[in-house]
Amino acid sequence: MESGFSQALLAALTLQAGYNSALVAIGAGLLGAAAGAGGTFLFLRKRALVSDAVAHATLPGIGIAFIVMVMMGGDGRSLPGLLIGSALSATLGLLLVEWIARRTRLPEDAAIGAVLSVFFGFGIVLLTVIQTMSSGRQAGLESFLLGSTAGMLYSDAITIAVGGALSVGLVVLLRRPMTMVSFDPEWAAASGVNVRGVDLAIMGLVMAVTVIGLKIVGLILIVALLIIPPVTARFWTERTERVVWIAGALGGLAGYLGAALSASAPDLPTGPIIVLVSFTLFVASLLLAPVRGVAAALWRHRRFQLDVHRRQGLLALARGEPIFDRLTLKVLLREGLLRPDRVATPDGAARAAKVLRDEKRWDVARAVYRDETISGRYDGLTSIEAVLTRDEIADLDRRLGPPVPVASSEGAA
Amino acid sequence: MQQGEVRLATDGGRAMSPTVPVDSPFAVQEMTVSYGEKPVVFNVDFTAPPESMVAIVGPNGAGKSSLLKAALGIVPSISGRVTVFGEPLATARRRIAYVPQRASVDWDFPTRVIDVVLMGMYRELGLLKLVRRPHRERAMACLARVGMADFADRQIGQLSGGQQQRVFLARALAQGADLYLLDEPFAGVDAATEKAIIDVLKSLKAERKTVIAVHHDLATVADYFDHLLLINVRKIADGPVATTFTAQNLQATYGGRLATAHIDQLQLASG
Amino acid sequence: MDGFLQLDLPPILIGTLAAIACALPGNFLVLRRQALIGDAISHVVLPGIVVAFLVTGVVATWPMMLGAAGAAVVAVVLIEAVRRLGRIEPGAAMGVVFTAMFAAGVLVLEQSDTSSVHIDVEHALYGNLESLIWLSGEGWGSLLDPAALADLPPELPRMAAVAALIALLTALFWRPLKLSTFDEGFAATLGMPVRAISFGLVVTAAVAAVAAFDAVGSIIVIAMFICPPAAARLMTNRLERQVAWSVAFATLSAVLGYVLAGWGPLWLGGENAVSAAGMIATVSGAILGLACLAGPHRSRVGAVREG
Repeated sequence: MESGFSQALLAALTLQAGYNSALVAIGAGLLGAAAGAGGTFLFLRKRALVSDAVAHATLPGIGIAFIVMVMMGGDGRSLPGLLIGSALSATLGLLLVEWIARRTRLPEDAAIGAVLSVFFGFGIVLLTVIQTMSSGRQAGLESFLLGSTAGMLYSDAITIAVGGALSVGLVVLLRRPMTMVSFDPEWAAASGVNVRGVDLAIMGLVMAVTVIGLKIVGLILIVALLIIPPVTARFWTERTERVVWIAGALGGLAGYLGAALSASAPDLPTGPIIVLVSFTLFVASLLLAPVRGVAAALWRHRRFQLDVHRRQGLLALARGEPIFDRLTLKVLLREGLLRPDRVATPDGAARAAKVLRDEKRWDVARAVYRDETISGRYDGLTSIEAVLTRDEIADLDRRLGPPVPVASSEGAA
Repeated sequence: MQQGEVRLATDGGRAMSPTVPVDSPFAVQEMTVSYGEKPVVFNVDFTAPPESMVAIVGPNGAGKSSLLKAALGIVPSISGRVTVFGEPLATARRRIAYVPQRASVDWDFPTRVIDVVLMGMYRELGLLKLVRRPHRERAMACLARVGMADFADRQIGQLSGGQQQRVFLARALAQGADLYLLDEPFAGVDAATEKAIIDVLKSLKAERKTVIAVHHDLATVADYFDHLLLINVRKIADGPVATTFTAQNLQATYGGRLATAHIDQLQLASG
Repeated sequence: MDGFLQLDLPPILIGTLAAIACALPGNFLVLRRQALIGDAISHVVLPGIVVAFLVTGVVATWPMMLGAAGAAVVAVVLIEAVRRLGRIEPGAAMGVVFTAMFAAGVLVLEQSDTSSVHIDVEHALYGNLESLIWLSGEGWGSLLDPAALADLPPELPRMAAVAALIALLTALFWRPLKLSTFDEGFAATLGMPVRAISFGLVVTAAVAAVAAFDAVGSIIVIAMFICPPAAARLMTNRLERQVAWSVAFATLSAVLGYVLAGWGPLWLGGENAVSAAGMIATVSGAILGLACLAGPHRSRVGAVREG
């Protein structure tokens, strides 16, 4: 069983598991990449959940497209027709979100929630109408809720693969203006970029990804493909351009790996598996990313807190003030700067004298260098050696006079 | 109680310093606040004298508001102790009135001017006590004191910036406190409002209350206040305006951001 | 007329109570810019009931409601953790958490042999409002007959109790809720536990969502958290009146939505009723649309929030 699964997975990963599976895996990978990159532009504009409204707003369009196609005497299940219908109603939903947020006092999140729930509710009404139509009993439109790649037609797989490729192409083509607008729309406008046009292109990309993804992931979970990769990528870099590429790569990886995993065993629904692969990458990044990850941040914050208390303790020692803060006492005792009877050790006294001298150096430096780049870094923790050169410090010392020793256990007072 | 008397109380599990002056309306010790790993307030000690009007002055981003918010427990601090009239913050809250920055709330909130002022009486009203005529009359008196009695039934979104600031001050008056902490009360208000607010603050001082305000306008420091705390992340200086508001201290606080020509126009202390 | 008592009165009452229970906390969520927390909560109900079923092995109401409530609390805590630890904006943090939990729910459902029992995704989405009938309601006299009353669908007393509890909590904590929603910093200086109030509000919303989804499905839950309060906000500038309007809109949506779903198709010449849950959401959207076009306080006036 176990080796059977790994063989099946290997076959799926190397595209040997059948023509349709291979097309679906390639399509899901391309779709994931386009969604990750396109979602980044939304995320950077702090509008991540607009995509949730867009996704839910596709449902009435699917229903209406089915009814119209049947009334025109065709097969209601034609995928391109359903996708066109879903794109139209998603566009209407998006326009409504923007209209409500701009023209009324309601905030955007309320507009998103209202459009999402109302369009979805109306879509469900239409699905119940279709179920009662004679040709609707086998329509299987419910599969658009959660996606379903089982029994997918060859032409559907081609549609998805081609759509995914086109979306990736659009991202590559428009990456520069989209990055500029996401990063700083005012500056982009000043540089001659058509901000409104680029915004439309971003929403168009989101729409395309949503519509293409309906069959694989379903409209409830498609939003995960647009949100999770950019959020994950953000942990690994501070630079916008790189967030786009990393999110695209993570999304592509999740799509391809998820589709392959799902093809390797029964009862592994494609959409949820892709989302969970993506979420696993997110959790790993959240915990382990080198700078913005939780482990790194916790370690850095603890070190910072100890720095603050050590510095405050040394200042108190230097000024002969009593120390009452428990954490300060603990830090000084543990680092051998203070004896249990609360007298400074020789090391502690030397460090305290240095801290006091640096304080005085700062006082003089702030009088001498009246520019912000220097005085602005006088935050209590930045060491003066990090800001001034040696000869500048020597010059300060000449103005200060000789150092003052601090009382310690060796009785230097 | 004598100043300097040894008192052992606890505040958040820390032994309090015996050097806290028990008669000060407001004292912070070793206060450090940071956003991320960058201190915005570092190791600030300050003791406000009783019945004074204190200005907290410093450049933008120098931690003035953060000091106030951390002292009130609105934002967390890395270290520091606060005493209000010799008591820890938790038991002294009823004696404090706070006026936040105007921009810190959503003025589109569905409520009226009088309702905002009544919020200042929450400690008396509690969860369920009905708002009766004496409460309403007191709220109206507070509004009258800031010149806003005619606006009691207005929706707060219809007010100008200066009027919003006056409503916030009226809410603080309704708290009936002994210590008033104000965050930039004069920021972006019109001249008439500025006069109305400073008149109220001076009358509070006449009633032997203590007023501490974050302030950004150097030109009015000497007119409005009698005590000064200069900070730029660190405490630069504090003391009576008469001796602390000097060109040297301002240079130390603002660095190169303050033109010498500007300093020459201020009513500075000679010391 | 007998048919009305047997078939229509219980669903209308349950739908109305569910709508009100969601709309009450929804007022504060919308004002706090947390409208979408209702969306997140209603998505994680599915993994909650699936896990409860796997643990207990039975399809029973109470374990499932506890499971759903537990999942809602887990989701809220996770969203807060992701937001703080990862320094991610709240909308994106919500999107990450609820989609992952929903996906896990669907996966576990597919993996386990639950096809024989009645839990499925569609049920969690649409509920089964139409099936909540009262066979003993044979005449108006049944309303006074204890034996007949005991045969009422159990969803009705349960939903009534939850709606009453939420109304009571809203009244009891009105002042702290209003104050901390308007000015959280000032509330903190009064010594109010602002974090606990915020968490309590979300937990109350979760209780409403969990009680309602069982009877009416997730769609109504999301729609009622947002549409009636949002429409009510455009009708008045007083919070007290806004809450009253939202209760009225929630009731109107539930009653009109149920009637249109049951009889609308007949009027249009169709034969079968359509989804009542979907229609209730649709009606609430139509009400919001009208409020956006003609509500007396629909546009912003005066100074708006700076920065």
